[in-house]
Amino acid sequence: MIHLETHVLVVGAGGAGMYAAIAAARNGADVILADKSMIGRGGATIMAQMTTAAALGEEEPDSWEKHLDDTLDAGRGLCNEELSAILCEEAIDRIREMDDWKVGWARKDGKITGVMAPGHSVPRCVYVDFLNTGPAVAKCLRTQVARADSALRISGVAINDVVVDDGVAIGAVGWNLEDETPVTIAANAVVLAAGGLTRLYARNSASINMNGDAYAMALRAGAELMDMEFPQFFPIGHLAPRLVGMDPIMWDPFRYKLGGRLFNADGEEFLHRYGGEDADKYTTTRDIISYGITKENEAGRATDNGGVYLSFRHLSEKVLRDAFGPVIDKLANNGIDLMERDVEVSPIAHYHMGGIRVNGSMETCVPGLYAAGEAVGGANGANRLSGNAIPEAFVFGERAGRFAAEYARGRNRSWVADAAVGHVDQLNAMIGRQTDANGEKAALGGMWAELQRLMWEKVGVLRTGDKLTSALTRIRDMRTELESVAPADDNEFNLTLQDWYDLRSALLTAESVTLAAINRTESRGAHQREDFEQTDPGQTYNQRLRLDDDGSIVSDYLSVAGGAQ
Amino acid sequence: MSSHPKNVPITILRGVPEEETYEETFDVPYREGMSVLDAVVWIRTNVDSSIAFRYSCVNANACKECMVAVDGKTEYACTARLSSDGNTVGPLTNKVLIRDLVTDIVPPKENLRTILAERGEG
Repeated sequence: MIHLETHVLVVGAGGAGMYAAIAAARNGADVILADKSMIGRGGATIMAQMTTAAALGEEEPDSWEKHLDDTLDAGRGLCNEELSAILCEEAIDRIREMDDWKVGWARKDGKITGVMAPGHSVPRCVYVDFLNTGPAVAKCLRTQVARADSALRISGVAINDVVVDDGVAIGAVGWNLEDETPVTIAANAVVLAAGGLTRLYARNSASINMNGDAYAMALRAGAELMDMEFPQFFPIGHLAPRLVGMDPIMWDPFRYKLGGRLFNADGEEFLHRYGGEDADKYTTTRDIISYGITKENEAGRATDNGGVYLSFRHLSEKVLRDAFGPVIDKLANNGIDLMERDVEVSPIAHYHMGGIRVNGSMETCVPGLYAAGEAVGGANGANRLSGNAIPEAFVFGERAGRFAAEYARGRNRSWVADAAVGHVDQLNAMIGRQTDANGEKAALGGMWAELQRLMWEKVGVLRTGDKLTSALTRIRDMRTELESVAPADDNEFNLTLQDWYDLRSALLTAESVTLAAINRTESRGAHQREDFEQTDPGQTYNQRLRLDDDGSIVSDYLSVAGGAQ
Repeated sequence: MSSHPKNVPITILRGVPEEETYEETFDVPYREGMSVLDAVVWIRTNVDSSIAFRYSCVNANACKECMVAVDGKTEYACTARLSSDGNTVGPLTNKVLIRDLVTDIVPPKENLRTILAERGEG
């Protein structure tokens, strides 16, 4: 067993976690930044292709209030206005700070340049060329966090549980992947920055580490979740032909810069049928495009691989090359000549609007427990604008780190080994169980595949009460089945032990999403019910989830929080 | 789409440093254009989940964690196309082996054992 102590423990080292560590360190705290993958390599931020929304107003007049109006409109009435306002106002500070750190925002005539994205009223989405926003941002933050003397970075430590003593977060329990040694970390404050839940879906756009860890850890620690029925489906994920070395959401930047056209298998543009705009305009929001493509599929107008066509064939090679330079060659290496052929696209799980319920200081209802980034619910309501996820990682990360440091600094460390013993015993039991493992070698892989199919088919873009209820039954059975599945008998980099813990989080998170989706008997934003097709003004409320003493999830409703007074 | 994909043999070099490494061959359904990463993920999902392998970003070539030796040549598993005749996949030979396809590519300052050793606690 390894024991470490710090002021602030940050769980997850993507954009939000790295920013939290930087902010906690510069506010005087000792920090441990731990990630089950490698620091600044996993998570979602590094996958970002392009847009980061901030009302810089360099090229044309803009204000964070306008950005807020757009965000609230897209959120279909469910945004926590205080969090949305923080996001829009402080996005400007974070983007400028990253500019000082030389991240390399694209410029025109010396000004940071922004593109227009659907749902925004001003071109305000900044980026790093070409399709390099995520890698550039991740590298920049890795450099900054490495310069923070009081921040210790640990790659390859998976955190399983937050340790809570007498209702207060006092640290965490996890294990070192390299040699399977249990690790306890005493911390005055814990920041959950472990990202979203996209891995729960068969078709998804994120890193494998996005399996709902933050939500499940928060629930088990006694914190609350909200808006869990709202995973966002990115409408035009790449489907075919097979494309390697590129993020499946890479067609979005093409549409920002070039428009592009969507056709069904009959060669018809179709978005107008669902309230969107056709013909080279990229104005329709994500929820409507996902809905439209799925409906075209249901009507039998899908492509061979079950999507629709995205076409840039009406553009000249010069236009394509000016916009995307070397990316055009990368596509050619994948057998995709955009002058000659269309590609097939379809919705793909991309982001989660819901998440951990926090106040403006990113504090949960558990003292000492904070959340940051995609793990946080509320800022984006029922539908997120493109471009709002990366600033959310920066803004909420910075705030979580800063407020956690203020809380933790100077507070006596009060590690209570007894409070951790249950988690440590459970981990040791899982490690010990391996030696008598005689089950199927791919049992955990099979369970992962089943959960991903189940969520995609029954808790996906178009939902019905029957599908959701049958998914809920199966998820609950799988939670029971997981208890008797043993990981493999390996001590070094035992991915099956990680699969087991990942599934434990994923199943609890999946149950949260499904239960919340059953309860919302209307269609709104990313939550589309075929049995309740209309938005019900009477359901303009947030749904709150927490774990009951017996381990079951209970829900209630909250009126939507207004702006901070 | 072909309805009956053919299988191709993928040989994986397995084991830990203290013991003799061994080869294990898996038949993987071949899809035009698939990557070595696709093949390893398919094996972990359907045949043997115990293969140690490091990756995060799934085919985007963003995380840079999935570097392995494909037929002896250093490549990212996510961008290396699987040969329709099959491939041999092994760990990087210029890095310390942890197990199977995983080598120690974590910067020393981020490695918990190294951190503890420097503190005299290892």
